[in-house]
Amino acid sequence: MSGKFVVGYDGSVSSRRALEFAVDRARAQGGTIVLAHVLEWSPYSFLTASELEERHKRRREEMERAEKAITSTVVTELQDSGMPVETVIRYGNTADLLCRIAKEVNAVQIVIGRDGQSAIGARVFGSVAGALVQTAPVPCTIVP
Amino acid sequence: MKRLAFPAAAAGAALLAMPAHAQSIDEKVNQIFSSSTGWFVNLIFSNFPGTSFPWIVAWLVIGATVFTLYFGFVQFRAVGHAIALVKGDYSDPNDAGEVSHFQALATALSGTVGLGNIAGVAVAVSIGGPGATFWMILAGLMGMASKFTECTLGVKYRNEYPDGRVSGGPMYYLTKGFAERGVPGGKILAVLFSIFCILGALGGGNMFQANQAHQQIAGIVGEFPGWITGVIFAGVVFAVIVGGLKSIARVTEKVVPFMGILYVGTALIIILMNADQIGWAFGQIFEGAFTGLGVAGGMVGALIQGFKRAAFSNEAGVGSAAIAHSAVRTKEPITEGFVSLLEPFIDTVVICTMTALVIIITGQLVAGPDGNYLLNEAGTAIQTVGGTSGVGLTSAAFGSAISWFPYVLAVAVILFAFSTMISWSYYGLKAWTYLFGEGETKELVFKVIFCIFVVIGAAANLGPVIDFSDAAIFAMAVVNIIGLYILMPIVKRELNGYLSRLKSGEIKKFE
Repeated sequence: MSGKFVVGYDGSVSSRRALEFAVDRARAQGGTIVLAHVLEWSPYSFLTASELEERHKRRREEMERAEKAITSTVVTELQDSGMPVETVIRYGNTADLLCRIAKEVNAVQIVIGRDGQSAIGARVFGSVAGALVQTAPVPCTIVP
Repeated sequence: MKRLAFPAAAAGAALLAMPAHAQSIDEKVNQIFSSSTGWFVNLIFSNFPGTSFPWIVAWLVIGATVFTLYFGFVQFRAVGHAIALVKGDYSDPNDAGEVSHFQALATALSGTVGLGNIAGVAVAVSIGGPGATFWMILAGLMGMASKFTECTLGVKYRNEYPDGRVSGGPMYYLTKGFAERGVPGGKILAVLFSIFCILGALGGGNMFQANQAHQQIAGIVGEFPGWITGVIFAGVVFAVIVGGLKSIARVTEKVVPFMGILYVGTALIIILMNADQIGWAFGQIFEGAFTGLGVAGGMVGALIQGFKRAAFSNEAGVGSAAIAHSAVRTKEPITEGFVSLLEPFIDTVVICTMTALVIIITGQLVAGPDGNYLLNEAGTAIQTVGGTSGVGLTSAAFGSAISWFPYVLAVAVILFAFSTMISWSYYGLKAWTYLFGEGETKELVFKVIFCIFVVIGAAANLGPVIDFSDAAIFAMAVVNIIGLYILMPIVKRELNGYLSRLKSGEIKKFE
């Protein structure tokens, strides 16, 4: 069975592990990779007037930087190894967006890493993994 | 607006009373200022012949009434849609990361909620009696239409630069909008607006705030020279606007809304603690609105005070909000107009009313046996329990119910003052760059001037200087509202076009 694997990727070691795991599975099944990079953002945060003025400019810069950072490293790496890959960079809540992207691309699975946050930390601050387990529209693998 | 922005009232003078240090310099500055600018202050704040009704207040209220009627009471028709817009129901998810309606509104609000809501209302109620509250609410409701008009235009005629920055405000819609309609004089009005805006930013948006913040700190820790407060404040402001120390600004931006909610929440608790008096308090407000309840000036006195405070608190028609609102990400300028409707509502109809209710309900105003209020010895205001006025009156009212709240209030006043300074430093800078062009050195010059004025404002008792800067802020309204009259047909076209597309389903919610 082929299909798209959405991988939550932020450049960290744990997301790297998740990517490797997803690539293995995708190879075995003849699937492809969708690299999802989420820039945490809330439309209800508070900004000063001068930050509002520069927001559009900053967003463009942040997007460019993110795209460059990801494309220059993993995307070329994956493509060189013959794995088809597309990238999605979005602003918002990580868990929400991973679910949304999974729906949009008709993914078969979401794969994310976790960085071994303590149970109490996750309880207080919430965790992407926890939220995904509750809300993912497709099977979800959390790579330790 | 967080100022007690009027020069004539005795209560304002009481608030501004400063320690006697540095008197000779103060006196000199006062003399120079009042002799050279007094005519301007008198012109802006002069009364209609034979009355004590300042024409500038009538100008703002008539403007608000015209916009209310012209747009068919848009402030009542569009509230539901405005809330949906703020919630993000109509925001394209692909625009995430851009300035949302909520953010534009929150930033604009942090520039208007402040001293006017705390001190200004106390002045209104102590001079005009409880009835002033009624007129204040009415003026707040009308002011929503002025905000709607100016903020729509602010977005429609903003400048979007190639590097992605966005900036807008009256100076841009006055020039571009007038040119589009083929009306001459837009450029002159824009230049006038910018000059007044710079002066207003340095005065009411800066010196007055620094001065009031110092008063609050001195009230807690005891008297000490104002320049110390000034230098600390200037240092922090400098770090934020020149040093780009966003973290401080961000902390303030988070704490200020929290303080606002805490303030309203506490007011509600105090009102509920006296639940049996709510009916009586509203009775006083309605009765006082039409009879004056024996207050000096009677019904007209209540009306003037209410209108004045509302206009000075929510800045509707002044044009400052149009600068803050214009950075929003939207394809439809009118949507930001709808959102801006909520600003005078929250500022005046909710927060100012809370202050007034707490003062009335906690019995701060002394009434005689016949039910009419007693006047103080000078006959200028109602007697209060502790002889307090301005911030002191609000503080005493809250303190009579919750003994430690005056300390929280003092912190709130200081933070509100700081956030107002940051907002107005931006408004002033936009006007400055409009006049002198953009460029790092030019901008730095303004920012340094701004910081110097923080120290001056905190250190000295500059009554005439503050009178002048208040006059400058209201002069902004003279220029701005002329512009709004000329440009309102454009807003009407936007409004009708948008509403019909909303009705037909062409504009719909996402998801």
